[in-house]
Formats: sequence, structure tokens, C-alpha cells
Amino acid sequence: MQIEIDEIAKDFGATTALHPVSLSIPSGALVALLGPSGSGKTTLLRILGGLEIPSSGRVLFDGEDATGMTVQERRAGFVFQSYALFRHMTVAQNIGYGLAARPRARRPSKAEIARRVGHLLALIQLPDIGARYPGQLSGGQRQRVALARALAIEPRMLLLDEPFGALDAKVRRELRQGLRDIHDETGLTSVFVTHDQEEAMALADLVVVMSMGRIEQIGRPQDLRARPASAFVRAFLTV
Amino acid sequence: MSERLRVTTEAPALRRGVIGAAGGRWARLVLAPLVRGFAQALAKGPGAALASLAAPEARAAIRLTLLVAAITVPLGAVFGLAAAWWLTRFEFRGKALLISLIDLPFSVSPVVAGLALVLLFGANSSLGGWLVGQGVPVIFALPGVVLATLFVTFPFVARALIPVMVEQGRAEEEAALTLGAGGWRVFFTVTLPKIRGALLAGVLLANARAMGEFGAVAVVSGKIRGQTATVPITIEMLYNEYLTVAAFALAAVLTALALLTLLAKTLLDRAGHGAGLSGH
Repeated sequence: MQIEIDEIAKDFGATTALHPVSLSIPSGALVALLGPSGSGKTTLLRILGGLEIPSSGRVLFDGEDATGMTVQERRAGFVFQSYALFRHMTVAQNIGYGLAARPRARRPSKAEIARRVGHLLALIQLPDIGARYPGQLSGGQRQRVALARALAIEPRMLLLDEPFGALDAKVRRELRQGLRDIHDETGLTSVFVTHDQEEAMALADLVVVMSMGRIEQIGRPQDLRARPASAFVRAFLTV
Repeated sequence: MSERLRVTTEAPALRRGVIGAAGGRWARLVLAPLVRGFAQALAKGPGAALASLAAPEARAAIRLTLLVAAITVPLGAVFGLAAAWWLTRFEFRGKALLISLIDLPFSVSPVVAGLALVLLFGANSSLGGWLVGQGVPVIFALPGVVLATLFVTFPFVARALIPVMVEQGRAEEEAALTLGAGGWRVFFTVTLPKIRGALLAGVLLANARAMGEFGAVAVVSGKIRGQTATVPITIEMLYNEYLTVAAFALAAVLTALALLTLLAKTLLDRAGHGAGLSGH
């Protein structure tokens, strides 16, 4: 799905989180929103997912105005920073939550939900953990379960907020490849937020560098490295 | 006891001493009056105690107290839940003031709360006069007892929930929304299971207070025997009339109700654990 961000701005009371920003995300791309904390990248991601309402501007999905769409209607697979797994449900119940929450007419049968959960557990290479609770999983396993839960709703796009933020370096690299593989396999337009320039450059097709609520530069990793548009981008990429 | 645990533990003699001292004081301050109370109730034999409980006055008091608790505890739980949800999920001006106002029923003397209700709903006030005209008197009647009990029990559920809901944040609720769940489904499948323990603790305390409240109810009820006299008020009246056995027998019933509530909470907690509902 193609995503068009048209002059989106967001104020929280007196503070401006986003100045009007515009961005075009081609269908099937893996995009990184890169910037230091307070740059507005998470706010932009949450606006895409429908968790924040922009102060002004429009969001278009495949050319159709989606600004007023509810969170539920957007069908964005969202992976939260600390994963936000339901701690009182098993892994299988977590992954099946979105399917069980569908209106009765479109809800798959229990057996069908179990089949799809099994398939997703295989996809994230953790076939045997369905009966466990989130509290019994490692950080890396939780991240993959969160990803499987987001994928279960057959999302139109994947939105990931610092998906590798809480993990140690070795697990980070493994899961980075895991995300790339899943993205390539599903072909979903995916946007992830990160403050780690190495991660953005290694993983993304397109990197959006943000600072102070503005977009500094948009480009492929090699273009950003070769031709940084501002002193900020140059400094941020050479950290 | 494993080696690892022992490192952080005091010497056994000291431990036993401290536990013994605390246990002894607990026995003297909490257990002894309770036992003496039950003994007083049975001073003239179990027959006399049972007979006093079978008196119409005592039976009406027990019925009234159970009825008032059955009305106020669920209402208080719903109000408390709504207040806690509103205060923890939204940002607005005056929020800090509102959070401290929740404690008002704790800081105001129940007698003062009762008097305020009399001023508001008494037959001499315009609202109270109108209500009496409509045939629904509030003061010296069941509605007054319910209102007074609601006022004094209101903070328990909200106070139990607010810290828990602040600490848990709203990420799980947001996750459920992105997965397509509607507001009610999110509440029943995500929010409620997470706050279940705190809610239960708040409801338990509210129930104990609802059954035990004296001051506010004493003012608004008019202490009409067999009609608006709750168990605590009847106990006081019986005691003042030197009907010791009857007073302590009714006190024993009130205590037994409190112990039953505790037992129910323990059983519910355990059932929750078995079903894996208590979380990790």
C-alpha cells in the first residue's frame, strides 16, 4: 500500500511535535524514520497508525484520504516499543487476539484461528511457545511475538516503534535480518522508528532523517551518505 | 531455606524474637477483643444469642445492612472505575485538584457528611421538600442511608485503581485498538483483567466500610428501629440499653460478614491464579 503524508502537523498544547511535514512512501518499501529523541518520529508513526490525531494535514492510503479513519479501520500492524503484549494471555491468545476481535461475520472459526497462529509461530521461528505467557519469554522472543500478533490481522502496513530498542546488540542483529526477511516475504509497506543510524542505514530502503519536528532529508542510505543535505544530517550519520 | 536466601536474612534468634513480639501484640490488640466479643455474645448460652438475633429488630437490621451493601458496593465500583479511568487516561486542567477531591470522604468526618446530606435533602430544603412531596423522602429513609454509604465508600475503589492504572500505562489498550478491537472489548479483555486484583481489593474495603459505617448513617437514618437502623446502629442502641448479649451477638454477625468477605476475596484470588488470570 502506498502512503502519502501531506503537510501533517501536530501540536501538544503549547509544544509543537511536528511542523508541517510531507512524505511519500512507495508501496512495499521498508522505511526508517531516523532521528534523536524529540524529533517527532514516533508522533508521525502514531499518526499513521491512527493513535494520534494530526492538528492539520492529510494522510492518504493508496490515494484515498485516511485522515479521519479510526485506528481499527486502518488495519495497521503496530509493534510497540515495549511490545505491549497482553501479559494475562498466552502467546497463542496474544497472536490470535485480532482475529478473535473481528465482528462475528468475518471472524474465523476457533480451529482456523489456531491454524493461523501456528503458522505465524512457525514464521517467527518459535513454534513451541504458544502456551507460554509473555512474562516467561526473553526480550527477543517478545519482539517476535509482537510482530506475529501484528501480522495476524493481515495488515495493510506494518508500523514499528523502536522495534529493536530494548534488545542487546547480538539479538538486535539477528532480529534485524528477521524483520527484513518478513518484510520481503509479505511485501508489506513497513515504517519503523529508530534513533540508531546504523540500524536505519543497514535495514531500510528509504531513510527519513528527522530533527526538531521537521524532515531534514529523505533518501536511500547510499544517497544520504554521499550527499547529506544539511550539517545536521552529516553530523547525525557520522556518529 | 536455601543458602542464597539466608544471606539476606537476619539471625534466626532475632527473627523469632521480632515475629514473636509482633504476633503477641497482634493477638492482644486484634485477636483478644474479637474473642472477648464472641464470648460476651455467648455469655448466656448460644440459645440466648440466637434468640436475640431472631428478634424482628435484629433481623430487619441485618436485612437493611445487606441491602445497603448490595446497592452501594456495585455502584461504588462502577463510579470508582469510571473516575479512575477518566483521571488516568486523559489530561485536562484541574486534574490534580480532582484527584485530591477523591479523598474528601476520607478527610471529612462522616458525621459532617451526614449533616451535609440532611441540609441538602432534609424536608426543610427545597429539593428535600419536593422529594417528600413526591413520596420519596431521602432523609430518615433508605435513600438517605444509601447516599451516605455511597459517599463514605466512594474513594476505596478509585484509590485502589489509580496507582495501578498509572503504572500500567495504556500501551496494551492501544495495541488492542490497532488489532481491531472496539472500546468495550478492549475494556473487558485487556483493561479489566489487568486491574482485577486492585479492583477486588477496593471492592472488599468498600464492602467492609459499607456494612460497618456508623457516623454518616446515624445522622441521616434517624435510627428508626426496624426501618432505617443498620446493624452498627442497632448494636449501639442495644448496648446503650444494657442488652449486652443481643449487642454482642449482632456484633458477632457483623464480624462474621467481614470474615466472609475476606474469605471470598482469598478464594477469588486463588481461582484467578489457577486460570492464569492474575498475570505476571
